[in-house]
Amino acid sequence: MAAITLHINGSERKVDVAPETPLLWVLRDTLEMTGTKFGCGAGLCGACTVHMNGAAVRSCSTPVSQATAKNITTIEGLSASGLHPLQHAWIEEQVPQCGYCQTGQIMAAAALLAKTPQPSDDQITQAMSGNLCRCGTYDRIRRAIHRAAGTEGVR
Amino acid sequence: MSALSRRQFVAAGVAAGAGLVIGFYLPHSNSSNRARDGFAPNAYLTITPDGKITVVVARSEMGQGVRTSLPMILAEELEADWKQIVIEQAGASTLYGDQTTGGSASVRTTWDPMRKAGAAAREMLISAAALEWSVPRSDCKAGNSMVVHAASNRRLTYGQLASKASAQSIPTDVPLKQAKDYKIVGTPVARLDVPSKVNGTAEFGIDFRVPGMKYAVLERCPVIGGKVASFDDKESRKISGIGYVGKIGDSAVAVVADSVWSAMEGRRTLNVQWDEGPNKDLNSAAITASLKKSASNKAVTLYSTGDVSKASGRHIEAEYQLPLMAHAAMEPGNCTAHFRGSDCELWAPTQVPQDVRDSVAQALGLAPDRVKVNVTLIGGGFGRRLEHDYGVEAALVSKAANSPVKVLWTREDDMRNSTYRPASYHKLSAVLDGQGWPLAFSHRIVSPSISGQKGLPTPNGVDPDLPDEAALVYSFPTALVEYVVAETPVPLGWMRSVYALQAGFASESFIDELALAAKKDPLDYRLHLLAKDEDIKYFDTVWHTARMRGVLQLAAKKAGWGKPLRAGHYQGIACFGCFSTYMAEVVEISMENGQPRVHRIVAAMDCGQVVNPSILEQQIKGGVIYALTNALRAQITIDKGRVVQGNFDDYAPVRMNEAPLIEVLSVPSAEAPTGAGEPPVPPLAPALCNAIFAATKKRIRALPILT
Repeated sequence: MAAITLHINGSERKVDVAPETPLLWVLRDTLEMTGTKFGCGAGLCGACTVHMNGAAVRSCSTPVSQATAKNITTIEGLSASGLHPLQHAWIEEQVPQCGYCQTGQIMAAAALLAKTPQPSDDQITQAMSGNLCRCGTYDRIRRAIHRAAGTEGVR
Repeated sequence: MSALSRRQFVAAGVAAGAGLVIGFYLPHSNSSNRARDGFAPNAYLTITPDGKITVVVARSEMGQGVRTSLPMILAEELEADWKQIVIEQAGASTLYGDQTTGGSASVRTTWDPMRKAGAAAREMLISAAALEWSVPRSDCKAGNSMVVHAASNRRLTYGQLASKASAQSIPTDVPLKQAKDYKIVGTPVARLDVPSKVNGTAEFGIDFRVPGMKYAVLERCPVIGGKVASFDDKESRKISGIGYVGKIGDSAVAVVADSVWSAMEGRRTLNVQWDEGPNKDLNSAAITASLKKSASNKAVTLYSTGDVSKASGRHIEAEYQLPLMAHAAMEPGNCTAHFRGSDCELWAPTQVPQDVRDSVAQALGLAPDRVKVNVTLIGGGFGRRLEHDYGVEAALVSKAANSPVKVLWTREDDMRNSTYRPASYHKLSAVLDGQGWPLAFSHRIVSPSISGQKGLPTPNGVDPDLPDEAALVYSFPTALVEYVVAETPVPLGWMRSVYALQAGFASESFIDELALAAKKDPLDYRLHLLAKDEDIKYFDTVWHTARMRGVLQLAAKKAGWGKPLRAGHYQGIACFGCFSTYMAEVVEISMENGQPRVHRIVAAMDCGQVVNPSILEQQIKGGVIYALTNALRAQITIDKGRVVQGNFDDYAPVRMNEAPLIEVLSVPSAEAPTGAGEPPVPPLAPALCNAIFAATKKRIRALPILT
């Protein structure tokens, strides 16, 4: 066990966990922030996506020791108002079905828009194909990203 | 219902019609489970004086939208203001009949009871207002959560009327609204669960916590049917936070810890010796060979018209086969349980709360009423959560560890210890006349029986799921559908569309083969077989050729069937009926490096009255994407008695980069609603393979397409 300081959603959080513990389980079990989901444990599905210094990372495959001294953003802190333009667009487009993967999808999309505010269809496909959805919400995800970005897709 | 019924009961309920539905409608006054202030005319509904209208949802929300669509049905008849509706999720109960969520049955089996519940309450509210104003009932109208007396311009809200309405007698025979007067049903009402699903506050089973809760993972025997011989937890005990370690049942060892990660590490360092049992040499080749061999066994007739053996003409034959598949829902298996000595409470992402209750009671030696099952949100079901294993395991671990426990399955646990869609083998044959039209059509389905393996009733040797999922909605002069029960040690389960995926792939691919033999267009060929308006009775369901013709024509027109396509593009078409719903799909592909690239899918459905077109679109698009994974890559293989696939790398669902444009159409209808979640699945694989044939002249007779 080790005392570790994390910077999550603008707050400093101290935890005492084994340093190799994946960030995902520190968020979910230790800090009780369960908006970040466990899907595969192997960086294959994207349900656990959070931002580290603005980049989308897989928290299931990131040891907590590598997350210190970085700014971590989770779905709970994506927007101060609780309604990031993407979250608003997700509601407008009625994206979620079961909803389990959607927080990871939104975090992946937010990282995309931060770098590429006006993404093309291809850029959306590129950025979002790491995130699985078994309910098949892909085309509403695409529409919601375009809506939040103020762009229009060709499909 | 007992654990011995679930899915069949739903099917029987649909077939039995009104009689069973009445059974669902239980006046609140006769039950004591939901005592609360306000107007609660039945177990589905409470209106409180502050105007809040609470509707109980007695099905599980796993993405299909029941927490929105079912209250819409009630609110429509209640003449409620939709904005005042809040929902309450029912756990395992005795008030709502069978609460199984499966068989595309939620809307179709609650359509009548939810409407009647709302209508009865509406009538009582009108009576209360009429009494208050001393005016005839017939002069009062309900609307927008109010009763209005137009002549005197007086109005009272449902909240104001709640306590007076409670004193009214519950009407038994209530008038129901006409479809033309619907204000809520048939509109794309926003889902009530969406806001919580975009901000991380939605609570799935995996998210639920109880004070003092521990976490457990189980090491299960990797060989199907194997058992624990012995285990050594010396290394595991060196991990910080490890608590109880011990056998659960015959074939698993549980590791309980303060955190998920400690439990996982404890399991990683656990040393288990297995008794691999009788299946240690089982492999996929043997499973396929055994299915083929079983094809010559005695068959049960599922459907027969005329005598296929008397037809003479040109004979065509083909064989098809499908592999084992896994549901692979995004939320891995889990359940939270708290055994307290004389009772047990569970928080379960389950499709069968009542079965979980009964199975847990049996496993713990408790009476069923000492087991409370709360139903959480489900991160994808697809049939996997029709099993009770998660709940029973969690209860046993909680008892053994003497603590509230969340049992969590990893992705690999989920993939390798699932209940799989059975592998199946199909022999089809037809006799064609001089013009190429079929004089006889025969389909022999060879598959293990899901219900049979589980010890559920199989009347006349037929898995009761099969009739609803292997219908032939064509008018053949003679036809025969037979079923041979094969044996398998592989655990089987119900997976989205169940047998319909197999039956649809085989029969709709074969219809294309017949059209080719007849040198006719595949759409024209199908339309010819549907040309005559005919009712085809297939077990308890009556299929109408006209409705199937309708969806085929709708899909074909939208897809531009028969019109010139972009160079290198090809189309395939298929239609299939299951869960009383008619479905047709057109798939447009090109071939890239010998593999199909799917560009566009047009999907047309006739499911009777649509409750919420936005949710229906989700169900259809979702079903099509799910089916695309099934067709392209979903395959569970067995080697040395073990499931080979483990995660989303070797069992790889379709991602956005493979997701085609999907256009959805539904037939306007005022018929009673039928299934929606599963019918989009079966036509996809044959339509895709028919497109591949159009492109390559190569017929795919075994799934998956990509191997």
